[in-house]
Amino acid sequence: MSEKLDITPFATFISGPVVKASPSSTLSMNEMVEVGDERLVGEVIGLEGDTAIIQVYEDTTGLKPGTKIYGQKMPLFVELGPGLLGNIFDGIQRPLSRLREEWGDFIRRGKIGFQLSRESVYHFSPAAEQGEFVEPGAVLGSVEELEGFEHKILVPPNVRGTIKTMVPAGSYTLEDTIAVVESELGEKTSLKMYHRWPVRIPRPYSQRLYPTIPLITGQRVIDTMFPIVKGGTATIPGGFGAGKTVIQHQLAKWTNADIIIYIGCGERGNEMTSVLVDFPQLTDPRTKRPLIERTILIANTSDMPVSAREASIYTGITIAEYFRDQGHDVALMADSTSRWAEALREISGRLEEMPAEEGFPAYLASRLAAFYERAGQVLTLSGLQGSVSLIGTVSPPGGDFSEPVTMHTKRFVQCLWALDKDLAAARYFPAINYLQSYSGYSDQVTKWWEEEAGTDWKELRNKAMIILREDAKLQNIVKLLGEEALPDEQRRIIEGARLIKSDFLQQNAFDPIDTYASAAKQYWMLRVIMHFIRRLKDVTERHIPIFRAMELPVITEIHQMKYNFTGEDPEPFKKIIFRIDEQIDGLLARQRE
Amino acid sequence: MHGANKDMTRDRSSLEFTELGQISGPLIVVQGDTGAGYGELVEVVTGQGEIRQGRVLAVSRDAAVVEVFYGTSGLDQHNTRVRFLGKPFQIVVSKEEILGRVFNGLGQPLDNGPAPFHGEARNVNGLPMNPVARDFPEDFIQTGISAIDGMNTLVRGQKLPIFSGSGLPHNDLAIQIVKQAKLIAQASEFSVIFAAMGVRHDEAEAFRQSFEESGVLNNVAMFLNLADAPTVERLVTPRVALTASEHLAFDLGMHVLVILTDMTNYCEALREVATSKGEIPCRKGYPGYLYSDLASIYERAGRIRGRNGSLTLIPILTMPNDDITHPIPDLTGYITEGQIVLDRSLNQKDIYPPINVLPSLSRLMHQGIGEGKTREDHGNVSSQLYAAYARAKEIERLASIIGEEDLSTTDKKYFHFAQEFEKRFLNQDKAEERSIFDTLDLAWDILAILPEQELTRVTIEQIKKYSPRVHVAHGSNEKG
Repeated sequence: MSEKLDITPFATFISGPVVKASPSSTLSMNEMVEVGDERLVGEVIGLEGDTAIIQVYEDTTGLKPGTKIYGQKMPLFVELGPGLLGNIFDGIQRPLSRLREEWGDFIRRGKIGFQLSRESVYHFSPAAEQGEFVEPGAVLGSVEELEGFEHKILVPPNVRGTIKTMVPAGSYTLEDTIAVVESELGEKTSLKMYHRWPVRIPRPYSQRLYPTIPLITGQRVIDTMFPIVKGGTATIPGGFGAGKTVIQHQLAKWTNADIIIYIGCGERGNEMTSVLVDFPQLTDPRTKRPLIERTILIANTSDMPVSAREASIYTGITIAEYFRDQGHDVALMADSTSRWAEALREISGRLEEMPAEEGFPAYLASRLAAFYERAGQVLTLSGLQGSVSLIGTVSPPGGDFSEPVTMHTKRFVQCLWALDKDLAAARYFPAINYLQSYSGYSDQVTKWWEEEAGTDWKELRNKAMIILREDAKLQNIVKLLGEEALPDEQRRIIEGARLIKSDFLQQNAFDPIDTYASAAKQYWMLRVIMHFIRRLKDVTERHIPIFRAMELPVITEIHQMKYNFTGEDPEPFKKIIFRIDEQIDGLLARQRE
Repeated sequence: MHGANKDMTRDRSSLEFTELGQISGPLIVVQGDTGAGYGELVEVVTGQGEIRQGRVLAVSRDAAVVEVFYGTSGLDQHNTRVRFLGKPFQIVVSKEEILGRVFNGLGQPLDNGPAPFHGEARNVNGLPMNPVARDFPEDFIQTGISAIDGMNTLVRGQKLPIFSGSGLPHNDLAIQIVKQAKLIAQASEFSVIFAAMGVRHDEAEAFRQSFEESGVLNNVAMFLNLADAPTVERLVTPRVALTASEHLAFDLGMHVLVILTDMTNYCEALREVATSKGEIPCRKGYPGYLYSDLASIYERAGRIRGRNGSLTLIPILTMPNDDITHPIPDLTGYITEGQIVLDRSLNQKDIYPPINVLPSLSRLMHQGIGEGKTREDHGNVSSQLYAAYARAKEIERLASIIGEEDLSTTDKKYFHFAQEFEKRFLNQDKAEERSIFDTLDLAWDILAILPEQELTRVTIEQIKKYSPRVHVAHGSNEKG
C-alpha cells in the first residue's frame, strides 16, 4: 500500500470546552493535546470506543468538526524550576506578564512559548560531584534566585543513577544541561535546572510526619483560638461579603511560611490586581524583603475559561510540593474551591454524566479528598523536612453550609474557620464565628505555645473559650430580659466576653500595627484581658456594681493595646496588668470605706 | 451587509441548509455536515422570507444545534433555510454612530438611523482582561446619595449591583445616580450605556426622559430588549452593550457608566435556553454555569493600566420574592464588588432611597476614601454608623418584645438613633444632591445622639474635631 493511513484524530463534536475526537487509538487517558492550528491546550478526560473526550482549556469559539487534534504524549504538566517565585500564571501555568507583552491587555487563546523563561540567566552552584550516585530528590546544586533565598535544584523524582558530567559553578539558562546522570541500565538523562511534572500526580516523599508547629498567621482568632499547623488543612466557608477574600489576603501577607502560593480560582480580576499592587509594597516581617518575592500567584479569574479553572488548583499544589521537596514550608491558599467544584460540575454536565447532589458529579468528594490529602508535613526524598499547608475557601450558595462542597470539605480538613454574615454586617472583622469554628490541631500546638509564649497559654485560651460559650447562652436571656436582669456573676461573663470579642478577637486588617499580631503579642493581650476578667470576680463578689469596674481608666488602655504595641516587648502589657490590680484594688478599698 | 463576502471562493454563507431535524424552544437542529464552527453566527430564513439571527451551540459531523435569537415561532421543518456565516456575533463599534442612539437588543438601530459601519467589527463576547493589565479602581465617584457615598462608596471601574425587589424604586435610584454622579460632571469625556433586558416600555421611557432632562442624551446609547421582545435576544443584549462600552472606555479613554437592567430577566432567558437544550438543571433550575456566564458579563468592568478610561457597571436585579439567597443575587454578589440592597420595609416607611445598609457593601470603598480623596474620618465614621445601626436594629427587635419603655437609657438612645438615621441620613429627595462633606457632617450630627463612650470606632481626636456636641460646648465656653 502506498497510501499511508492517517490516524491523526480530528474533532467530531464541539460544545463549549468539550470536544470529542476520533480515531482515539493514538491518544491515552489524561494525555495533553493541542487542538487545531491555533494549538489550543486540552486534556483527554475520557475514552469511549473510538472516541476521545477532550476538555479544552481555552475558548473554543469557531472550532469546527474535522479540526486536527495533536497528542502530546504526556499528561498535563507544569514546569518546575527557577523563575516561579514572584510570578503570576494562569490556570495552566502560562505566564500572564509575558502574555500581556505578546497580546496586550486582553487574553487571547493559543500557545506561546514555554511556561518558564528560557532567556533568564541564573547563577548555579553545584552541590554534587561527578561520579556520585544520586537518588531521586537528591540536591544537585542551588540557585540563589533571590537575596537570601536558595532555590535547590533536585534530581527529579523519576531519575536515579551516577553523575557522569557536572557543570562548574556559573551562569546558565534553563535550556543548559547542568548534569548528565547514567542509570544502572546505562540510560543517560540530561538534567536541566527545571523539570516537568504531571499536575494530577502527587510528588513522592519518603515519609509523612506528625506536625506540631503552628503556622502563625498573625490573626488572633486563628492562631490562638483555632490554630493550624505547618502541613495542616483548613477551610473558610462564608457567603459573599463575609470577608473571605480579606482573610485570605491577610493570611497570604502574614503567614510565616517560606513560600506562599495564592490561587485565584474563578474569582474577581480586581482581587488579583490588589495582590499585585499591595504585595510588592509590603515587607515580610521576618526577612524584611518585599512580600511578592516569596509569593506565586495562579490567576484564573471568573471570566477566564472554565476548564482551566479546574486545572488551576492542581497547578498550584504541584508547585507547592516542588518547594516542599526543597525543604521549605509552603502555604497554599485556594480562593475559591467552590468555583473549582463548579467547573467540575460544568464539564460533567456537558459530558452528560449522572449527577449526584445539586448537579455535582458523584466524584466530587473523592476529588476534594485527594486534593486536601496533598497537604502535609513530610520527610522529603532527600531527607529534608518540608510542609504544604492548605487553606481553601468555600463560597456556599446563599451562605448555607449544608451544600455539597462545604459539607464534603468539612470531612477532609482539620480546621474550620466559619465566616458569619451577621458579624460582617456589624463590621465585626475578621467575621469568624467562634461558636461554629473549630480546629483539630489545638492540642498538637500546645507544646510550641508553652515554650514560645507562656506556660499558661492553654489555660488562658480554654478559659476564654468557656467565657465565650457561656456568653452565647446568656445572650439568649439578655435578648428577652435585658442585661440588667442578670445576676452579677453572669454580667461578669457578659462583660468579659465583650472584652474578648472587641479587644482580642476583632482585628483591623487595615491598621498598620493591628494587621499582624505576633505570637508573643497574642499571648500577652490574652493574658491582660483574662487577668482583668479574673479580677472582676473580686468586684462582683463584693457586690460593687460592675459598671464601676468597666469605667476604670485602665479599660481604655485595654481597648487601645492592639493598636499601640507590637508585642516585641512584654513590658507595656505587664504595666497594664499592674494598673488593673492597682485600680481594682482601689475600687475595693473605696467600697470598704 | 451579510452578503458582502459572496465573491469569496469558499463562501459558505451562500450554502443553505434546509433540513431541520428538530425545533424545540429557541433551538433548532440542522441536519447534515454543516461545516459550522462552535459559537458561529447563523441566519435563519423563514418560509416568509424573514431573516432571524442565531448562533451555534454545539456541532458535530452530522448536525448542528442552533439557538435562534428571535425565537422559533413560525419556523417549520421544511421551508426554513439556514445559512452559517463563518464568524461569531459581532457589532461595529464607532463612537459617533453609537452615542445618542437607540438600538434593539442585538445592536440593530431602532431610531430609523443607519446601522453603525464606520468602525471595527468586534466579537460581542469580548476577551478576558489579563489580571496583570488591570489597574485597581480607586477614584471616588460622588453620587450625592448619603447611603452610597457615606457607607458604600462607588469608585470608577467598580461593578456595584442594585439588589431590588419588584415594585421598589430601583429605577429612580439608578436615574439619580446617572444624573448626579460626579463621574459625569467632572470628566469631559463620559458616556452612559443603558441596556434593558425584558423591561417594560414605560420603564425604558422613564430612563430616556431622564437622560433628556439632564441633557446627557447625546452621550447615551440605549440597547433595548423590552418585555415583549424575544427572550433569547436577551442573552446577547448585555454583551452588545458591553462591547460598545469597552470600545469607548479602553480605546477612547472615556469614563463609561453602564446600567444593565434587569439581570433577573437575563438569567431567566438563560434558564429557558438551557432547559430546551436538555441540560442538567442545578439550583432552582438554573444551569450550573450561571456563575461563569454572569462573570463573563460583570468582569468586563474595570480599568486598564496606562489607559485613561474606566468602565463602571451598575447591574440592577430584582430578587425573586425579595430573597437574597436566590441564585441570581447570590451568584451576582460573589462576582461583583459589593451590592446595594433595597429593602421593602424601609420603602413602606416612605424612606427613599430604601437602602438597607447592613447587607449592603462596597468592597472597593476603602481604596477610594480617606484623606486626599474624601475626608480623613470617612472610614471610621462609616464603620461607626454600621456598628451603631446594627446594634440599634438589635435593640429594635428587643423593644418589639419588651416594649420601648422598658429599654435601658443607652438602649433608648440607640432606638432614637436608628429612627433619626433612617429619617435624616438614608432619606433624601430624588433631586437632592449631598456633597460628601454634607453627608459626613450629617453622620456626625446623628451620631451625637449616642453617648460619647459608645463611639468606639472613631478616634477621640475625630470626635473633638467633627462632633457637633463638642462644637457647641466649645462655642459656649468661648462665649463665656
